[in-house]
Amino acid sequence: MARPAHRRPGQSRKAQYSLFAAYVIAVTGAVAGLLLAILSVADPVGFAQLRVASQEITAPIARGTRSVIGSISGIDDTVGAYVRAGTQNRRLRKELADTRRQLVATSSLQEENRQLKALLQLQETTKAAVANGYLLTSTSTSSKRIALLSIGRNVGVTAGQPVRGADGLIGRVLSSGPSVSQVLLLTDVDNIVPVRRARDGLPALAYGRGNGDLDVRTLNIANNPFKPGDILVTSGTGGLYPPNIPVAIVVAAPG
Amino acid sequence: MNQKGPRLGEPASLWRIRIVPIATVMVGSALPLMLPLIANSPVLPPLGLLFFLCWQLLRTEMWPVWIGLPLGLWDDLFSGSPIGTAVGLWTVASIAIHYISQRIYWRGFFHDWAIGALLLGLIQATAALITHPDVHSGRVLGLVVPQIVISALLVPFFLRLTGKFDNFRLKRR
Repeated sequence: MARPAHRRPGQSRKAQYSLFAAYVIAVTGAVAGLLLAILSVADPVGFAQLRVASQEITAPIARGTRSVIGSISGIDDTVGAYVRAGTQNRRLRKELADTRRQLVATSSLQEENRQLKALLQLQETTKAAVANGYLLTSTSTSSKRIALLSIGRNVGVTAGQPVRGADGLIGRVLSSGPSVSQVLLLTDVDNIVPVRRARDGLPALAYGRGNGDLDVRTLNIANNPFKPGDILVTSGTGGLYPPNIPVAIVVAAPG
Repeated sequence: MNQKGPRLGEPASLWRIRIVPIATVMVGSALPLMLPLIANSPVLPPLGLLFFLCWQLLRTEMWPVWIGLPLGLWDDLFSGSPIGTAVGLWTVASIAIHYISQRIYWRGFFHDWAIGALLLGLIQATAALITHPDVHSGRVLGLVVPQIVISALLVPFFLRLTGKFDNFRLKRR
């Protein structure tokens, strides 16, 4: 672009001072901002309420776009189901037969499990959900993975509660506002989940990678004991997450 | 003479001249949190930052140099990075643009693109490093590199878009 007009404010003392003051404000503000950033890294809870409050503003719009786009993509799905009706029907029937067989096996195991637990006189902890909601939206421009949950303090959501979906663990509540709350997703770089292998209870820690994958590290064994296909569930160690929520499936075991 | 009606060639209202640039940046910052998108990695370019840089490249003297303080704070509320990151980094960027505009008198298209892309990359990388201080820095940078590349390629598009908004901002009746 072309050269801007005169940068120098000329002879006017007032103009000179105001330009100087603008720079003083900018430099002081920038330094203060970076110090604030370091502070809020050290104490993320302090400013969380401010952020939740601002997201209360955009949440109604997110609800709106979600319902619009949800119904549009729903159309696509419905049409697709009609087109593939024949093959889908065959596949689903096969799956249903398989699942039914597994269900019979599982129900007998459940009964046996109940008897064994009664024999041991184990205390059952309640697993009732506090509330049900859905994820509205999430941060998508920064390296932090925070999602917005559609429910907040109005139904009893408080900071630190685990969030799970039908298929497994999603994350935990960072802070809750009046009608929305923030969820730190499982895949965030700063999120560490104590897990165990579902098959044999091998304990490990799952670290978020920030790109949708998790790193799983065992606590003591030097060589990598995991194989692709291993299912990991929460171990409940540390008390942050309740045990036996599915977390991840091993897809690759390098090294 | 009819005083109520608009006069031919009258400049745009002061209100529109002031509001349009600030509104584009603020909407750009808040837009990702209005879309029903659960992102697994930084997939969207930082729209607010792109508009902020493009407005400054296009109209360096439109805003005072401290404008990054309020606009950065607004962006921090929505981006997910700790509050204060954009406040500091955006203001540093606008100081840099003011300085460069004094050094390079006749900036061309490629100058603007290069300056925009460079500042964008530096801001996104530094913000990621501030957000995750105790994670290996190579991994953190690896997260934001794809986003930086996409955003750098989008700078010319956003310069054009900002130009369109600028035409609307200054449109005479």
